[in-house]
Amino acid sequence: MEPLLETTGITKHFGGIQALNDITFKVRPGQIKAIIGPNGAGKTTLFNCISGVLKADKGDIKLNGQSITGFPPHKRAQAGISRTFQNVAIFPEMTVLENVLVGRHCRSRCEMLQAGFRTRSMRNEEREIVEKAWNFLEFVGLENQTEKRAGELPLGDQRLLEIARALATEPKIVLLDEPAGGLNTKETERLAELIHQIRDSGITVLLVEHDMNLVMDISDEILVINFGERLAEGNPKSIKSNPDVINAYLGEDIDYSDL
Amino acid sequence: MENTAQLVQYILTGITIGAIYALVGLGYNIIYNVTEVINFAQGEFVVLGGLVMVFMTNTLHLSLPVGFFLSVGIVTILGALMDKLTIQPIKNATVLTLIIITIAVSIIFKGLAMLIWGRDPYTLPAFSKAPPFTLFHAIIQPQALWVLGITTVVVILLSLFFRYTMVGKAMLACADSPEASRLMGIPVQRMVLISFVLSAAIGAVAGIVITPISLMEYDRGALLGLKGFGASILGGLGSFSGAVIAGLILGLIESLCAGYVSSGYKDAVALIVLLLVLFIKPSGFFAGKRASLKKF
Amino acid sequence: MGYEKKKILCLILFLVIFPVLVNYIPAISNYLEVMIFAGIFCLVTIGLSLLMGYAGQISLGHAAFLGIGAYSSGILTTKFGLSPWLGILAGVALSSAIAVVVGIPSLKLKGHYLAMATLGFGEIVFIVFNEEVDLTGGPSGFADIPYLHIGSFEFTSELTYYILVWSVVLIGLFFALNLIHSRVGRAWKAIHGNELAAEAMGVPTSKYKLKIFVLSSIYASIAGSLYTHYICFLNPSSFDLFWSIKFVMMVIVGGMNSVWGAIIGTVLLTYLGNEWLTAFKHFDVLVYGFILLLITMFLPGGIVSLPEILKSKRTITR
Repeated sequence: MEPLLETTGITKHFGGIQALNDITFKVRPGQIKAIIGPNGAGKTTLFNCISGVLKADKGDIKLNGQSITGFPPHKRAQAGISRTFQNVAIFPEMTVLENVLVGRHCRSRCEMLQAGFRTRSMRNEEREIVEKAWNFLEFVGLENQTEKRAGELPLGDQRLLEIARALATEPKIVLLDEPAGGLNTKETERLAELIHQIRDSGITVLLVEHDMNLVMDISDEILVINFGERLAEGNPKSIKSNPDVINAYLGEDIDYSDL
Repeated sequence: MENTAQLVQYILTGITIGAIYALVGLGYNIIYNVTEVINFAQGEFVVLGGLVMVFMTNTLHLSLPVGFFLSVGIVTILGALMDKLTIQPIKNATVLTLIIITIAVSIIFKGLAMLIWGRDPYTLPAFSKAPPFTLFHAIIQPQALWVLGITTVVVILLSLFFRYTMVGKAMLACADSPEASRLMGIPVQRMVLISFVLSAAIGAVAGIVITPISLMEYDRGALLGLKGFGASILGGLGSFSGAVIAGLILGLIESLCAGYVSSGYKDAVALIVLLLVLFIKPSGFFAGKRASLKKF
Repeated sequence: MGYEKKKILCLILFLVIFPVLVNYIPAISNYLEVMIFAGIFCLVTIGLSLLMGYAGQISLGHAAFLGIGAYSSGILTTKFGLSPWLGILAGVALSSAIAVVVGIPSLKLKGHYLAMATLGFGEIVFIVFNEEVDLTGGPSGFADIPYLHIGSFEFTSELTYYILVWSVVLIGLFFALNLIHSRVGRAWKAIHGNELAAEAMGVPTSKYKLKIFVLSSIYASIAGSLYTHYICFLNPSSFDLFWSIKFVMMVIVGGMNSVWGAIIGTVLLTYLGNEWLTAFKHFDVLVYGFILLLITMFLPGGIVSLPEILKSKRTITR
């Protein structure tokens, strides 16, 4: 099947440090794919290169066969790549609802004049924006907190809000950067369920995650990177038994029995 | 012959005023390095230095050295008060808040100056009574030599301070990493205070030495501050040698433009250079490798 | 207008009653004229409040746009005989063009750098006003600028100009409020909250920063034209750096996070400057400095945040 997302030879340096070296991988539509690797392996850097927050030094990124390498982040969002952030990057001073409304930005069009004079088309579009946003808030279960300031939510809910905001852009693929970070067991279970639901709604999921239970549980495929290099790729079973992977994780502070 | 005389004249005027921009630029750098704050009141220190010296000399008739040190002392105290009363009490301030606070302080300084000295420009007698002399047919005011000499002394003292004293080294450490410095037991708050004291003192010195040449009035601070900021940006914010070179260059450009192009637009030239640097290469042109931009 | 109906009604009511009050109380007979200036400045600060409070970008050079509007109107009507209305349009066109040219490189800068860049820009424009003597009359300026008129009706009396200016302010306010409650306003707020995240969510951040910069320059330019055709005389002193800072001050004193704050702060500071501080002729700069400092340090939300603070204090003491 045609890959949805395809990177070829992504390379990124920070000063003298090589953060990513020649990373090539594919994500097929409808997959849940995880990227794992020890701390500092370059997972978030890879995410940043895909979402356009960072510019790769070398390499090409294709979405649906079309190169998006030269796109700034907002165009990538428009093209169908959305994401969450490792350190939760919500808009703290805006309400929960408003946060998700911002996610609808690239799927709506009213410009300054229409908005300033509140034309009929603007009001119609606004109604649609709010309706859609409510759907996504209901989807993640935040429909009872819409008028709260986003900064006042507990971390778990902030992560859910970020997912709702990312989904509101109607992405083809959503990049989740450590979505389980800081969540308790129950919240993580809920997250796993949610990720499945996202996939079932037709959106491909690519995630970076430290929680091995979660990764092994939900992923169809796993890419392992170490020191910025592609180490292994395959289904959870083959990754668990891959000696290179086990080696790389030796000395990491994780539960080996999970692998 | 006349042309060379003119050129020499312009060059000398340029480096004289450039030395002042360099001093103001150094003032920005010292505070920025320790606090990452751009002190919008930097130009007011220069004004206050000049005007307080006017009071010491013309009103109290104190001798030059006594007046000089008293004036620097008073402005330094104002700098310390500024830090103690307005910068230190603010916790977790946003950049915008810090900008507004230093602007507010600059307005207060300006208001004080207006209240005390009114709107008239003041002058000071030159430091030495020697008559002007000629060099390559250009007429040179001895005060220009005082400006250059004292600027050189200040720059040398500063570099000795940062290289050889514990406090100076500690301040540089704060600049590199405030968190680590705190953990190492460096009292960051005191370093911030010292940075304000130092840059107030440097500003005051600049004001005192330049007043006999270019007069001083209450509302000169903003323009002096902007041009001094131009020096520190052109030189690479945080870089000391950069600020000195850039200050002299700015002064030269300004003076040559005033001489050969248009005297009315001489104030605009330094500002256009400032904008161009900000737009093209905000990390500056004369900074060493170490002086990179933080947080911008 | 689905939102803030009450506030808008209160404002309109006040604006209607105000001239009547002024008419019956001799002690404040000149308050109507001050209110005209307050209205003109409100236009500047509404735009500035969108730029600073909503989009999170600072400008210390907005007096320049006020000046560009003022001089465009003044020069075109006086020296080229154009209709004042065309003068206003020309000012808007010139201001937005300059805002685009200055805004594109400036808005890449953040924080202190943006502040310094806009400050430098404002000062350069001020120098141009002083130096282009043939056009601007230099430091002494020029007079005999015509009044605004519709047909043969001229806006010469205080009352008619008051009505004109505040009608424009109300339109500007509606426009701003509508924007705030739209995807455009949300995009600005998102940029303020987290520029990186806004961009990743599909907001073209540099385009939106430029938009608000240009819009705020248009507000200021219109204000400048209205100013010119009221006082019918121009010189550069109303457009210097201190005025740029005063506009920022009005926005902050009233409360940066709301356009209502801009209006309250502007009216208050205009009366302060034109009426209440005139007794302290030599103190006024000092007083401004202290007001700005104290508000920033102890009431960062400005005057509009007072009711909420008082409310929360009361609940705590209970």
